[in-house]
Order: sequence, then structure tokens, then C-alpha cells
Amino acid sequence: MKPFAYVRAERTEQALAACAHRPRAQYLAGGTNLVDLMKLGVADPPLLVDIGRLPLDTVDETPDGGLGIGATVRNSDLAAHPLVRTRYPVLSQALLSGASPQLRNAATTGGNLLQRTRCPYFQDVSHPCNKREPGTGCPARDGVHRDLAVLGHSPHCVATHPSDMAVALAALDARVHLLGPDGPRVVPLTDFHRLPGDHPEQDTVIRPGELITEVVLPPPAGAGAYRKARDRASYAFALASVAAVLDVADGRVRHAALAFGGLAHRPWRARAAEEVLRGAPAVEETFARAVDAELEAARPLRDNGFKVPLARGLAVRVLTDLAAAS
Amino acid sequence: MCPPPTPPAPATGTDAERRDAWHKVTGTARYAAERTPPGCLHAVPVPATIARGRVTAVHADEILRGPGVHAVLSHENAPRLAEADDRTLAVLQNDRVPHRGWYVALVVADTPENARAAADALRIEYAAEDHDAGPADGHPRLRTPEEVNGGHPAVRERGDFDAAYATSAFRVDATYTMTALHNHPMEPHASTAWWTDGALTVHDSSQGSTTVRDVLARLFALPRERITVGSAHVGGGFGSKGTPRPQVVLAVMAARHTGRPVKLALPRRHLPATVGHRAPTVQRVRIGADAHGAIQALAHEVTTQTSTVTEFVEQAAVPARVMYASPHSRTTHRVVALDVPTPSWMRAPGEASGMYALEAAMDELAVATGLDPVELRLRNDPDREPDSGRPFSSRNLAGCLREGARLFGWEDRDPRPGVRRSGDRLTGTGVASATYPYLVSPSTATARAAPDGTYVVRLNATDIGTGARTVLAQIAADALQAPLDSVRVEIGSSALPDAPLAGGSSGTSSWGWAVHRACTALADRLRAHSGPLPPEGLSARADTAEEAGKESPYARHAFGAHFAEVEVDAVTGEVRVNRLLGVFAAGRILNPRTARSQFIGGMTMGIGMALTEGSTLDRRYGEFVERDLASYHVPVNADVPSLEAHWLDEDDPHLNPMGSKGIGEIGIVGTAAALANAVHHAVGVRLRDLPLTPDRLLPHLPGRPD
Amino acid sequence: MDRDGTAGPDPAGHDDRGDERRHGHGPGNSRHDGPDRPGESTSSTVLQVNGSIHHLRLDHRTTLLDALREHLDLTGAKKGCDHGQCGACTVLVDGRRVNSCLVLAVACDGPVTTVEGLAEGGRPHPLQEAFVARDALQCGYCTPGQLCSAVALLAEAAAGHPSHVTPPRAARAGGPAELTRDEIRERMSGNLCRCGAYPHIVDAVTDAHRETVR
Repeated sequence: MKPFAYVRAERTEQALAACAHRPRAQYLAGGTNLVDLMKLGVADPPLLVDIGRLPLDTVDETPDGGLGIGATVRNSDLAAHPLVRTRYPVLSQALLSGASPQLRNAATTGGNLLQRTRCPYFQDVSHPCNKREPGTGCPARDGVHRDLAVLGHSPHCVATHPSDMAVALAALDARVHLLGPDGPRVVPLTDFHRLPGDHPEQDTVIRPGELITEVVLPPPAGAGAYRKARDRASYAFALASVAAVLDVADGRVRHAALAFGGLAHRPWRARAAEEVLRGAPAVEETFARAVDAELEAARPLRDNGFKVPLARGLAVRVLTDLAAAS
Repeated sequence: MCPPPTPPAPATGTDAERRDAWHKVTGTARYAAERTPPGCLHAVPVPATIARGRVTAVHADEILRGPGVHAVLSHENAPRLAEADDRTLAVLQNDRVPHRGWYVALVVADTPENARAAADALRIEYAAEDHDAGPADGHPRLRTPEEVNGGHPAVRERGDFDAAYATSAFRVDATYTMTALHNHPMEPHASTAWWTDGALTVHDSSQGSTTVRDVLARLFALPRERITVGSAHVGGGFGSKGTPRPQVVLAVMAARHTGRPVKLALPRRHLPATVGHRAPTVQRVRIGADAHGAIQALAHEVTTQTSTVTEFVEQAAVPARVMYASPHSRTTHRVVALDVPTPSWMRAPGEASGMYALEAAMDELAVATGLDPVELRLRNDPDREPDSGRPFSSRNLAGCLREGARLFGWEDRDPRPGVRRSGDRLTGTGVASATYPYLVSPSTATARAAPDGTYVVRLNATDIGTGARTVLAQIAADALQAPLDSVRVEIGSSALPDAPLAGGSSGTSSWGWAVHRACTALADRLRAHSGPLPPEGLSARADTAEEAGKESPYARHAFGAHFAEVEVDAVTGEVRVNRLLGVFAAGRILNPRTARSQFIGGMTMGIGMALTEGSTLDRRYGEFVERDLASYHVPVNADVPSLEAHWLDEDDPHLNPMGSKGIGEIGIVGTAAALANAVHHAVGVRLRDLPLTPDRLLPHLPGRPD
Repeated sequence: MDRDGTAGPDPAGHDDRGDERRHGHGPGNSRHDGPDRPGESTSSTVLQVNGSIHHLRLDHRTTLLDALREHLDLTGAKKGCDHGQCGACTVLVDGRRVNSCLVLAVACDGPVTTVEGLAEGGRPHPLQEAFVARDALQCGYCTPGQLCSAVALLAEAAAGHPSHVTPPRAARAGGPAELTRDEIRERMSGNLCRCGAYPHIVDAVTDAHRETVR
């Protein structure tokens, strides 16, 4: 780790000012990923602006019955929050299936969205990596990539986004509130993370100096659940995961939102599947057809083809269970 | 002072509380990197980033200008070492890079932060050469060594395997593979070293500091008397700290070079390349049996790899020489030296990997013959060791199988595979045998009786978590016929009487024998003594070189049986353990409390071996990819159900005065096969490649019911 | 002689690092006094650990774990992986369990409790007693982290925090979590133990839980 300067911001404007004109400065919140990456040499910010004390740590009901989640709310607090547990169980379940209690106690909402891929070549600076050093190549494509992407990857990058929380937020139509030198803006969560394309070095659409201030959920649109498959029973990243929100009326799907984790460079909102689901009978056959429509786009690498049937099975199960419970 | 008139109840066999438990739960037990002498510097080694070649430049000058950097050691300036028997210790001696991750430099700085930053920044230039990282299977340079690990011959042939196999009524021919496995003790390898007036003091994370001292004496050309190595508390080893590892050599070098104390703890990510691992194996097992399931022919052929640094051959075919009657047998090992990290000991080397293959093949034979897998094993239980023809000193495999079957509820088992489905869950049960050799080494020990009625036993045993401190006190108390709390045991320093390492499940037998002898001799002296003891007390010393070094006419092994029940998610391919039960016959159990902990600990590591721990060698780089604990999946608490460990007490007079065999390793031995056999029983498909992760299972699963 | 009575050098003395080691007792949160000059890579920092106040001048790169181990000679918290992947470094910050290897000391917000501070008034914590009684340890290297984690687990369960294995209905309902063995296993899964003491750790946490709710 290279030496760096450190300032602690007490107010949001102070944090923005500290980062302004320091393009490589980074905000520090829980540090669970950033400090890790700094130790690995993957990140080497000359300045850390500690936002841990900013007043962004509350969870509040919005006037329309949705939920505003401050950027520095800790993952564990969010998962245990009564409004999240009762109205957005998909989010609570996703959070609780990620990392460990210790990490969830430190990790924040904003930081979770900004965490970077666990691709082993990205994490090892002795290897080339287009995400770390654009133009150097991607050793994962022909290397060890069992855990990497089957959807939306590019010739330059096959990384996956590691978050569980973000998958639930994608299915919940969350919106990310940002504050930057040019003022505030709001980005739908499904547009916040990018596909790698020609610029895998950009994980998200966040701009230099911008700060995530809040994530806002619309009112619940149905019952939700999160399922995750992994190599061990706990404390492991997803091989694949599914977040689903389903509203069934008179045996037909009134609203369905489906998102996959562990399959792509971003939480993968399954729009094609949702298209099939909308208005269709809420039965397993529909769910299977819908998920197949989505996964048609999958282009597995040499060693990760198992993710397609895995994601399919998880999604059909979650949707079937939600339909049965409704 | 005389021993009390009525001898106290025996201490061995009771579940005496672990003696260092309070130090460990209060954080006061200090490990190798937890003593910081004044002026201590911090060292961080630099691993090579090529798979083979030479170092052509080490830009130390750039680093030495940096903050706090005291020294950069490389082959250009590092102290010269005498020839090492173990060439993995010959670090920084020349410009060769034998594999990726080999240490090519060492940075020493004033703080951990400066040392790490400088090590990261150090520029090293290489002349890379073409490398060969396998695969070993089918490699043109595969060869048959003379010997494999443990000094066993690489090849044994009995009878005419080919002819007997060809004419067998039932035949199994199956090939099993395992990835490399990594020891990953929770405490990474660490050393703190300093020199004072030409004498060397080291705290090392080691399974045996007598050996560390002796090796350092040879490497640094010092008399042994000038070196003290302490290993008071050791955060696990599982074989990877059995002999000195590079960190202790580097720390001593840096301390000599800088004239300051130096502390060095290896980063977790370095361990897979530098401290040894269980070598990947490809194992072909062929078993031919007659119409009654009696084995006529058994071949176990192992292909594995080593590095170009030193030859280590995982002795996976050796347990097949012990386990089952087979008039015709062939057990072989082939190895190829590749440009990869050097394998070494990992908990039950040979037995763990070999018994996975052999016991999975036995399960396949049970299916082929239609016999119950327990019954098949009972039918092939030999009365003499098949390979040597020697009688067993004791062999209680049959008892373990029967008792395990009873405790597990095996008799109601429906043998049909793939038929127990409840929702998306498939369940199955499996059984496997276990074996581990009884090993013992010479040791010394002293015992002293003080005038106040207390005793001190001293020897350089190491407690790596086994409970050695505790059980040695129990052995001593019984030999002295003294209360347990009157006995103090001092271990964990090479300044104490020489003793062998904690390894090969031999610690308690080896150390205990010397403790028993010393204490017995002391008790004799006390009986002969009249009047009060002199102020310095009375002492006795023992050296078991003769008795413990003697060849036994008996085949001496511990045995066990594992029973497992697993649940496979038919949709995700996730395997979870519902139940795991082991029954062991390992001589006399001296402390049930710490013994149980060791058995279940071995079984837990077996769960990892079977289900979660996988390591991929990226042949393009000659490196293991899963080098951290996020990607190399050691089982977590949620992976481990309530394990049960039971044992059958054995009264074996051919071992040592305590009647103990080893218990540290046998717990892992049958676990992986029992689990893999249970997975077959659950899903109806035989998967022969470990670990059984979802990607391996999914292509074979039925998915959701129609 | 150092604390556990085994031979070893005096652990005191970090003169070349220029720590200011003024120890005191009393309330007060850890705080960051800020770098003396902008752009500097060290700061004066105050850490409150196990009730004692420590004024340190720390490299910004120094983690809470290294501050404890290398500057305060509190080596109970262990370095197993240094990347938040093993839990051996678990300590309590403001009563919450965290991986101290991923907390920059300069950013540490709140009083710190390590395994050395679990005992109260000379009486061991019930979890320490239970770990000894159940032989819930072998090599001991993960043990301090397991203990700190378990202390927090009991508090989290009492506060009604759900876990991954909490049945959805119970998670919705809230209220103190029922600590079944499955719940304890899941909630202790951020602490690896390579010796395999897990079942005994679950026994010990179960015992201590009974003790605390009684």
C-alpha cells in the first residue's frame, strides 16, 4: 500500500470539496473492499476522504410509501431494519446471504454498489487485466473463469459483479441518488452498473468526485425472495443468485421483476423474462419459459456453462415458491 | 519426599481440561509473530512472477531510497547458506526461478507498512524461459521413483494382478482425481529472529523446533548450542510446519544482515506457493472380486507431480497395501517434476488421498456385486497385513464398521441410488474405512521432583492444538502416581530436551514414551530416597532412542470407519452434510476431550476435501489461482453438522507404555470417500473428481421434478 | 518475561516508530485529530481500547489490527488473512463485530474491545468459560476472533437481527432470534477454524446463551 493522505468529512459538501480536482481521490466508508484493494495494490488513491460520519446513515420511509436508504447505512443495519424485513424481504435476504456478519457490520449501501469484481486476475497486479490496466488483455477469458460471466461479457472482460444486495435492488427498481460537483442526479440502479464493452475499467456510470448519497426504493410491488447458490454454505460469493419480486392476481402475473447475480458484469435485470411473465398464468411452465427466454442470451465460457442451468433452476424455484405463497 | 501412600486415580483416560485453554481464550497465548523485541524490523518477501527462468536485475537502489527501508536482500547480497537437504530452504542463493511464487527478494523496513509498500514496489527483471506446468497425467517425463514419501517403495507387486483381474467375476476399473489442497493453518507461517553476541534466538511457527534449530545450525554453520528456537504456541500446521519453511531462513538472514531483530509473517496469499500443499493426484483403481465379493486382484496406480526444487511423492497407493486381503496386487506411483510449487505434507499425506480413491472404488465394487458396502469390507478384512505378511499388532476395522453401522442406523439402508427425493432434496448415505499407520520416533525428556511435592517435566514437544501439554502431564502424573495438578510440563523450546516434531500422528506416542520413562525412573529414585529431598530436588532423564527406534515384527496401524449422510440440492448441485459419524480404533485414548476435538477436526477437513476445497493450477502461469481464503473454500461453521466421533478402546501391548496410536490424522482419512459415496447414493451418478462443487454435479442432476 | 510467563524479549519499545504512548483510563470515543499538515501520510489518533485511551501517531496505512498488535502490544486479535476472509482479527467497535484488518486505525470510530477486554471485574466472560468447558478450540489462533464474534452474536440475536437461515416469517416478525444450532452455525460463519472446532464452538455459544438469558 502506498502512503496516502486522509481527511474525515463531517458534512457532505466538505466531502465533495475534498475530492474536487483530485481525480484519483476516493471516498472511504466501510472500507471492506477499498482497503482490501489497496492492500492488493489494485487501488492506490493518494487521498482518502472518510465519509463514515456523514449524516447519510438513516433509513426513512418516503412520502409515496417507498424507502430512502442512506449511502452509509451499514448492510447489517439495513438487513435488520423493520421496514426492510417486512416490506422488502428480498433485500434483507440478499444482504444476509452476502459476506459475513463482521463484513456486513462495516459495509455500507453505497460501498456495496461500488465493490469491484473478485476475478482472480483483476486482484493480482502481476497479471494483465483490462479492467485494471486497459489494453493489457484478459487472462480470465481463456484461464480460470468458472466463477465469471455468462451474460453480457465482452472480448475485453468477463468479470462478474460480486454484490448480492445490488441484485435485490435491481429487482426492486431502486434509484441511486448521486451528488457531484455538477449537482445532484438520479440514476436507475439497472443503469448504474455498466457492461464491460470496450471500457471494462468503468464498472459504473459514476463520475469523478461524485458521491452516492442515497438509494431510494419505490413502494413494494409484490412479494419478493432471494436465492443464492455457492460453494460452501455461507461466506462465499454467489455462483449464481436470483432476486425476484412477484405479484399474482387471479392466477396471473400482475407484476414480475427478476434479476440475476453472479452471471454478468452487473446485476442482470431479466427484462426478456419479465416480458414473458407479464399477464401470463403464474405456473411453473410459464416461469421456465420466461427464464429460458432470458438465458437464451447466455454465452458461457469454456468452464462456466453450469451457471446457465443453475440460474434457470434457481429462478424457476424462486418464482414457483413466490407464486405458491401468494 | 515420598509419593503419596494411596496413588491417585489415573489421569490418563480422563478428560482433563486443556492446559493452555485459558491463555488462548484470554488472548495471552503468544504466537511466533507476537513478540516484538526493541528495535525490531519487519520483513516482507517478494515472490517471483515468472514460472521459470532467471532474475536478471533487482532494483534495490530504488527501494532503499524509500521511507524506512533498511535492506533489500536478494541472491546478489543475501548471506550464503550451507547446502540444504530440503532445497525449498535454499532461498536467495542464486538467480534461478524454479516456479512462480518462489522468493527472489526480501525487503526489510522499520514498519510493517513501509516493508509491504517497498516489497510491492520492488522492480525485478527476469529472463523468462519456457516452462512446463503439466498436466502430469500422460506427461512424457513421468517416471517411477525409487521411494515415495514416508520411505515406502514406489512399486509393490504381489502375485499376478493382470491374470487374476482378467478372470475375476466382478471388476471395477475407475480413475479418481483430486486437485491440489492447501493446508492453510489459521496462523500464517511466521518467525521473529535476532542475534545477540553471535547467538541466535528465534520464535518460529513450527511443528517441531528441535528440527528447526538443527536445520538452522547446518544452514548458517553454527553450533546448535548457539541457537534457541521457540514454538510456544502454534496456530495449526497440518503438516505445513512440519519442517522449517522459508520464512524462518529469511528472518534469520535478515536479522544477520541488518543486525536488528526481524519479524516476518508470510502473507496468506503466498502460502500456496511456498509452504507445501497436498499434490494433485490421478488415481486408477482396479479391483477384481470373486462371486462372493472376495477380492482377488487389486491395483492402485497413482500419478502425481512434484516441483523441480525437490521430489515429494504423495504416497497415495500405500494404504492399499494395508487395507484388504488380495492375493494379487499392484501398487505403483509415478511422478513428474514440473515448474510448479513444491508439494509436501498435508494432514494424512498418502492416506487421505489414497483412501479416497480406494474406498470410492470399494463402493463401486459393492454396487457391482450387490453386496452391502459394510459387508463387502468385512468380507475382505485380512488377518495379516497383505503386503508384508506381518501380523497386525491390533486391527479393529471390523469393530469400527459394525459399531459405526449400529450407531448410524445403517442396517435399514435402501441400497438403491438416486431414489430418496423430497422436494428438490436428494439424500444418500455412504460409508468408508480409514487407516493411518502407527508411527513413533525417539525422544528425550527430563522429570524433576521438587521438595514442595511438585514435578516438572521438560521436553521440546510442540502443542499445535493437539493438547500435547495436557496429555503429557496426564502421562507423567500416572507414571509418578502423583496428582495431575502437581505436574508442570514445559514444552515449546529447543532449549528443552530434544524431541521430535508434532507430525505423523506420532507426537503423543513419541513424547509420551520419553515422559513415561523419565517419570518412571524418577518415581524409582523417589522410592529409593529417604528423608527430605535436597533443595534442587531429584531428577531423571530418559532417551527412547533404542526402544522407539526398534523395528517391530508387527504391522501397526489405527483403523476407523466413517458414515455420512448428505443432502444434494437437485436444482443447484449444492451438497450439504446432514450427518457424519466416525468410529476409530486407535489404541488407548488418553484424553477423550482433546481426542474428540482432533477426530472431529480431521473430519471437518475431510468435508472440505470432499466438497468445498478446490485449487486450480493455471498452467499458463504455473500458479495456483485460489490463493486467498475467499476463493479457497475452507469449510465454515455452517458447513459442519454435529459431527460424532466414537472410539473402541484397544489394548495393544506392541506400541508403547501408554498403548496409544495416533489420532491427529485418521479423522480426515475416510471422510471424503464416505461423503462421495453418499453423494453417489443420493444422486445415482458416480462422480470421481473432487471437490464435489455445484459445477461438477449440475450436469448430472435431474433438476426440478416434471 | 512477557505476559504469559514464557521466555521472550521485552515486548515494549517502539522507539524508532515515534509512538506517543500516553495511556490513561476514562470515557471518550476514539477520535481522529487530523493530519498536522494536509497531504501528510500520518495523523495523531486517539484509540480507546478496552477502556484505556491511547494517543498514537499513526501511518494512515496502519489498520486497527496492526495498531493493536504492533503499537499497543495487544496481540489477542490475530492476523489470519489480512483481507477480511477469515475473521481471526474480529474485535468489537462500539459493541459491533468487525474485521479489524479492514479498518484503518485513523478511521476507527468508537471504543474498541478486544479479547483481552472481555473479562469484567476480573471475572471471565461466560463465553470464555464455555469455550474452555467445551474444548471449543485447538490451536487457539482463531479463538479470540471467535469469542468476540460470539459476544456480538448474542447481542445481535437479542436485538432481533435475522440471519440467512432465519425462517422468513420469523424474520418478518422480528423479536429476539431463536438461537438454534443452525442459527449459531450461520452466525458464526464469518470465523474460520481450520482445526475444526465448529461443533464445540456451537456448544459453547449455546451454553453461554442459556447462561445470559437465564
